[in-house]
Amino acid sequence: MNTSLINLEMCVIGLGLVLMLADLFVAPERRRFIAYIAILALGFLLAVSFSGNGSCSIAGTAFHGEFINDGLSLFFKRFFLVAAILVLFIAAEFSDRIVAAAEYYSLIIFALAGMLFAASSNDFAMLFVSIELITITFYVLVSFQRGKLTSLEAGVKYLILGALSSAFMIFGIALIWGTTGTLNFTELAAIAPQFVDSKIFLLGVLLLLVGLGFKIAAFPFQIWAPDVYQGAPTPTTAFLAVGSKAAGFVLLLRVLFTAVPAVTVRWSTLLIIISGITILYGNLCALPQRNLKRIFGYSSIAHAGYLLLGIAALNASGQAAILYYLAGYLFTVLAGFLVIALVLRHLETEDIAGLSGLNERSPLLAATMAISMASLAGIPPLAGFFGKFLLLKAVVEAAQIPGNHCYYYLVFVALAGVVISFYYYLGVIRAMYWSREATDLSPIKLSAPAMVTAWICIAGMFWIGIFPNTLLNMANAAVTALKI
Amino acid sequence: MSILTQIAGWPLLAALLLVVVPRNYRVIIRAIAVLATLISAVLAVKMFCDYGAAPADAEGYRFVQQIPWVESLGISYHVGVDGLNVGLILMGAIVAFAAALCSFEIQSREKEFYILLLIMSGGILGAFASLDLFFFYFLHEFALIPTFIMIGVWGRGEQKNYATFQITLYLSAGALIALIGLIALYLQSGANTFDIPKIIEHVKASPISAHAQNIIFPLLLFGFGILVSLWPFHSWAPLGYAVAPSPTAMIHAGVLKKFGLYGLIRIALPLLPTAAQDWAHVLAWLCIGNILYIGWVAMCQRDLNLLIGNSSVAHMGFIFLGIASLNVIGISGAVFIMVAHGFLAALSFGLSGYIYQQTGTLQMNELGGLCRKLPFIGTALLMAAMAGCGLPGFANFVGEVTVFFGAWKTLPAITVMALWGGLVIGGVYMTRAIRNILHGPLPAKWNGLADAHLWRKLPYALLLASLFVFGMWPRLLTEKINPDAAKIVSSYNPQVVILQPAAGKELNAAPTGIRQLAIVNK
Repeated sequence: MNTSLINLEMCVIGLGLVLMLADLFVAPERRRFIAYIAILALGFLLAVSFSGNGSCSIAGTAFHGEFINDGLSLFFKRFFLVAAILVLFIAAEFSDRIVAAAEYYSLIIFALAGMLFAASSNDFAMLFVSIELITITFYVLVSFQRGKLTSLEAGVKYLILGALSSAFMIFGIALIWGTTGTLNFTELAAIAPQFVDSKIFLLGVLLLLVGLGFKIAAFPFQIWAPDVYQGAPTPTTAFLAVGSKAAGFVLLLRVLFTAVPAVTVRWSTLLIIISGITILYGNLCALPQRNLKRIFGYSSIAHAGYLLLGIAALNASGQAAILYYLAGYLFTVLAGFLVIALVLRHLETEDIAGLSGLNERSPLLAATMAISMASLAGIPPLAGFFGKFLLLKAVVEAAQIPGNHCYYYLVFVALAGVVISFYYYLGVIRAMYWSREATDLSPIKLSAPAMVTAWICIAGMFWIGIFPNTLLNMANAAVTALKI
Repeated sequence: MSILTQIAGWPLLAALLLVVVPRNYRVIIRAIAVLATLISAVLAVKMFCDYGAAPADAEGYRFVQQIPWVESLGISYHVGVDGLNVGLILMGAIVAFAAALCSFEIQSREKEFYILLLIMSGGILGAFASLDLFFFYFLHEFALIPTFIMIGVWGRGEQKNYATFQITLYLSAGALIALIGLIALYLQSGANTFDIPKIIEHVKASPISAHAQNIIFPLLLFGFGILVSLWPFHSWAPLGYAVAPSPTAMIHAGVLKKFGLYGLIRIALPLLPTAAQDWAHVLAWLCIGNILYIGWVAMCQRDLNLLIGNSSVAHMGFIFLGIASLNVIGISGAVFIMVAHGFLAALSFGLSGYIYQQTGTLQMNELGGLCRKLPFIGTALLMAAMAGCGLPGFANFVGEVTVFFGAWKTLPAITVMALWGGLVIGGVYMTRAIRNILHGPLPAKWNGLADAHLWRKLPYALLLASLFVFGMWPRLLTEKINPDAAKIVSSYNPQVVILQPAAGKELNAAPTGIRQLAIVNK
């Protein structure tokens, strides 16, 4: 057994424990430095993963095939490390508003560990454990502002719905195990074709999709997203939007395309319908919103729908497009949440009006938010444009196969969603640059790390949008691990 | 670096530069914008003059530059010109310069305005120069988004929000539908590249199946059609232009709108010949909607900008008619009108913007006798109106008459209706507008109006001069367009052979020029 494959995960868990202990020795007013230490440590691990010597670069399986390291897991592990680093930057700016900041940071690290395991799971047991590690940490992270009613409310909502979806998922796993007798994805892929007519087996897969649908906030399991996004502390929301969603997608890719590809090809219509409704639901519900974090909540539902386009297309270019899109989404969404965390920290609500006059208060933050919104809307030359282009291309590619004309309907639904989304994304830009209702025009002082984060996010959005070659090659290499 | 990259690059570079200029340096901001567009216009004129002498590559494109961008998808930055886009790039660069000069009327948030204006100009010039399907779309989209912001922020009148909403909805939907068509085209061609010349080459050898063509062509026709205000998807245009600040209206109506037409001619016609023949009749009937129905609507307008907006929609009908004729003369004429109408639309919206700035209204019954107070602007408006109804001597006449000659062969009934629309309806609303605005008694409240000073005269003079130059010497453009129009038509009728007009012969008027276009149809 090759236990050295999980060195990265062990290091991350160790880091989380060290941060908890560090709380005892660091004076309260210096707590934000704990976050910087964590950032440095994760940055080191990220550098190691790019050097090619890290445990995540070694292909192979461990623990009787439960844990797998391949191109897909490598891509997502780097993704999660970058996400955690940027979220910790946001969290460091947030440290004056939460008690026990060090615990908060270490919980982020534990959630990260869960995501790293999720990227490598090749077995339903591993899948469930990593999902639970992520979800349970998030229950705490969501309700971390104990003094704030909305935060507690969000925590309770997330807990109840999360527990429910976990129950569905474990039930589904039980059914799959009961019919096939295996939990391992590789073994299951070999025998699944025999069971494609077994109703119990199909119900098991369906219930499993319910659980994963909850993680990615796809229709009809999206109901929690706006409330939780709104109530949770901003860094938590940011990590939820990026990390938790990406973890859901990597598991979805693994299950659908390596464990039960025989079922997936038969369910293309279901995937098309879910994707289409998710896009429309997210975009339409975002239209009347005034609260920024709720807008992000609904927009994250819409983006889950866009990402599902890549799954519904059932081809390699769709899978690569998902990876590409997620990478762009990472910088885009974190840029948005960084601005929310910095600008709206002294306001009770996160109303759009709070952003008015931001261009005069801090041109850098206004530009960051504007670029983020433009990228979410898919405006060239930003990350979101090329990502959407790849996703649409994958779906149109699927539509070229004779008899697959329903993909054209999906394309038009996606287009409708994109057009609708212009309204609310451009509304945010308008509030920052052209609103006349600005009351507070005091300049915003930015700490050096916050400026660095903003520049990293801006550079990321432009880099992914203007020089897609490197990342696209990485994504194409990563999805060779998948079977369809 | 190709001169085309520079033509599109200077405005974009200037936009980037403006980001770091402090907003209270107004003169510097203006100077940078005007200078960048001037450089781009001068380079475009140079490119246009050098066109004949420049070496053409194997596919017949000149000033070519190619840089690989995404190898796995076959996307590369590839620019080049042939007869179809050389005039458009020249027109786009001149209109951008004129619009930058007209932007002096913008008083609030100038920095953002100029940045968006430069993005618009650079983006669309790049889109016209692009020979890569992806960049072709990408750069147009890049230029399109600033339009919405400019109308939403600097727009005028009570209907601003509604107009912004409508134009955003229509144009984004149109662009995205066209994108789906382009992606489907890329996948169906089987060439595994976004490079337009390579796709054309590949498709010549192995044509796309008729079934796929009939799915893709309507996507492109209606996607691009929405962008060009093809009837009945035109309703965004008059209102949008009426509300837009005049520099935006100048660039959008003049340049950006031609993108859809250019896309149809450059991409849809050569790559989807079977479907184009099937759909040509649909297009011909829809263009009657543009010419007659919108012409009729234009007659009923009381607001000068709505009138110009509607007449610009009506003019698109002639271009569509030229495309629908599917022969060399018709397509050459369509390309010619695209260039001519670019100058004309920019001129008309620029002039109406000046009048609005002076009077605060464009209601024609409130205006009157303005020619006395504004002799230069009034005369220019008169000339624009005459060019709009197709007076010989202006470039529009050459294009329109060429289209009619081309369409007569294939679509005689529709040509008769279009002629009626072009000559009679256009004449009615244009002359009526001139009478209402420029002649008659001058209301006392307009006694304080001031005519344009030198700097403000320059853009109008430049645009008028361009209309004259191409109206008097159409050969400057037609001899560039013809060989490439013939190439496109060759996919419909392989036997079309085009004889180059004899060198050294002077062509002074349009009909002579057309006679020189000896088309031998064996």
